[in-house]
Amino acid sequence: MRIRRKARFRDAVASEWTKLWSVRSTFWSLLATVVVTIGLSALLSIAYVVSAARGPSFDPGAYGLAGLNFGVITLGVLGVLVISTEYATGMIRTSLAAVPRRSRLLAAKALVLGLITLVVGEAVSFASFFLSQAIFATKDLDVTLGAPGMLRAVLGGGLYLTLIALLSLGVGAILRHTAGAITAVLGVLFVLPIFGAFLPGGWGRTVQKLLPSNAGGAILATRELPASLAPWTGFTVFAGYTAVVLVIAFVLFARRDA
Amino acid sequence: MAVGRTCPKIAAVSLEVMIQATGLTKVYGARTAVDHADFEVRPGVVTGFLGPNGAGKSTTMRLILGLDRPTAGTVTVNGRPYRRLPSPLREVGALLDAKAVHGGRSAYQHLLCLARSNAISRKRVAAVLDEVGLTDVAGNRAGEFSLGMGQRLGIAAALLGDPPILMFDEPGNGLDPEGIVWIRGLMRSLAAEGRTVFVSSHLMAEMAQTAEHLVVIGRGRILAETTVRGFVGANANSHVRVRSPDMIRLAPLLTARGWSVRADEGQAIRVYGVAPETIGDLAYHAGARLHELTVVQPSLEEAFMRLTADSVEYHAHAHPA
Ligand SMILES: Nc1ncnc2c1ncn2[C@@H]1O[C@H](COP(=O)(O)OP(=O)(O)OP(=O)(O)O)[C@@H](O)[C@H]1O
Ligand SMILES: [Mg+2]
Repeated sequence: MRIRRKARFRDAVASEWTKLWSVRSTFWSLLATVVVTIGLSALLSIAYVVSAARGPSFDPGAYGLAGLNFGVITLGVLGVLVISTEYATGMIRTSLAAVPRRSRLLAAKALVLGLITLVVGEAVSFASFFLSQAIFATKDLDVTLGAPGMLRAVLGGGLYLTLIALLSLGVGAILRHTAGAITAVLGVLFVLPIFGAFLPGGWGRTVQKLLPSNAGGAILATRELPASLAPWTGFTVFAGYTAVVLVIAFVLFARRDA
Repeated sequence: MAVGRTCPKIAAVSLEVMIQATGLTKVYGARTAVDHADFEVRPGVVTGFLGPNGAGKSTTMRLILGLDRPTAGTVTVNGRPYRRLPSPLREVGALLDAKAVHGGRSAYQHLLCLARSNAISRKRVAAVLDEVGLTDVAGNRAGEFSLGMGQRLGIAAALLGDPPILMFDEPGNGLDPEGIVWIRGLMRSLAAEGRTVFVSSHLMAEMAQTAEHLVVIGRGRILAETTVRGFVGANANSHVRVRSPDMIRLAPLLTARGWSVRADEGQAIRVYGVAPETIGDLAYHAGARLHELTVVQPSLEEAFMRLTADSVEYHAHAHPA
């Protein structure tokens, strides 16, 4: 006799795991994350080391993590694709017929995406740090993980990338359209701060600090910056944005016709 | 079916109701796609879901699967709303849109993703691939499949959980004649195993060859719920085709009795509402030679056209004969 049991949350997770690894876009976006994030961090470090001009405000920690901004793009795209391709292909209806509890399906997607981006995010964050510090070490400019705030910045880099992916998943679930969702995510993260910089006065500076990527990026700093929130404060604000987007995504996902 | 658990055999049409719609209504903006639909689908026979294009068949099936939310009314599967089934793929297998597949996944991976979500074994994936004849191309990307292969993959997905209830939306789409014969046989054998098979089509001829029961829908309304035979009987008249070299003598005798007589092709006539024996006897006594005396059953097509022609006012619930 075959054992028949109820489908559970972990079955939905197993299914999403298989789904994620059985499309090429996952492999390519993760490969791009690893190669370009670490590569850019290293290239920037080399450029700094070979250039003659060195300011006193040089922050070797932040410099070595600069490549993570590229990871924001690739993991953001991955987060969007996890849900938007289901809508683009019509697979969402097949998926929902198999897992009709909407919250279970979306939660399984979020968990799998979160786990993978956490592992990859931390890996590229640490790799960027060690590689860049090895380059800085040639000129005795390096810092260690024991430097004030350094371990927090490196660990935080991976966490920030994880939240970026989850935020993008939420935006993808809300907009249900690949190009639209990617544009929205990248627009909010990269274009808003450009406009934010033009805002005048004290409230302008406050708004600028609270913009998602400025708030979330604060976790990467190892020096106190007046134009930025404190690291964990900023991170918490960004986690709050992510939570709000995900709540909206879950509510809409549960209500709308597939 | 060659593989899988056998369902409990059911000798005759069971009294169980596997799919039940009550006042089911779906409105999209200004358009009422399904309008207070009441119907039941029972196990052991193929139930055809018949209606012209845009009648609301696919919408009804999406409502059954909980993909769209009804504006009003309910629909249950095995007594429960679909969203509350504990292992949906083991209870209902559905093929709605064969293209609803991520083209980048292989057929095997696609089915494996579905299997894992409902705790179905890998062995079962291999078994259904074999059953639909896709084993050799299981590793190919689904996006490269032809229409017919995609349809087979969709059918494999429906069979995956070995479910007692199966739903197919226009399953013949894109299949070659051999494929159509195959799917007809498959649906009938699934029903013969005691399963509930609900299959939509806008092609009457297709239904006539596959289904025993019919749910007829037109402009979102259920127009009839009946057997194929009962449907034809109730919605189109059978007639007797008569050919005779002595028609000049015979025809006035028929019309004199008040029977409705029309000309038919091939120098023949159609007589409505009379048994062939009566016509034969009459001809014998009149000394008219008969070269043909055939009872012609109206086609399902005719019946369907008659019923849906005035579907706006018409609302019949003929019961199985
Ligand atoms: N998501 C939707 N939004 C708006 N209108 C819709 C939607 N889905 C279906 N409709 C409309 O509802 C009506 C019924 O459509 P449906 O697809 O259910 O018909 P059907 O019987 O399956 O037709 P066909 O034989 O062409 O497949 C149509 O008028 C269609 O335009
Ligand atoms: Mg349809």
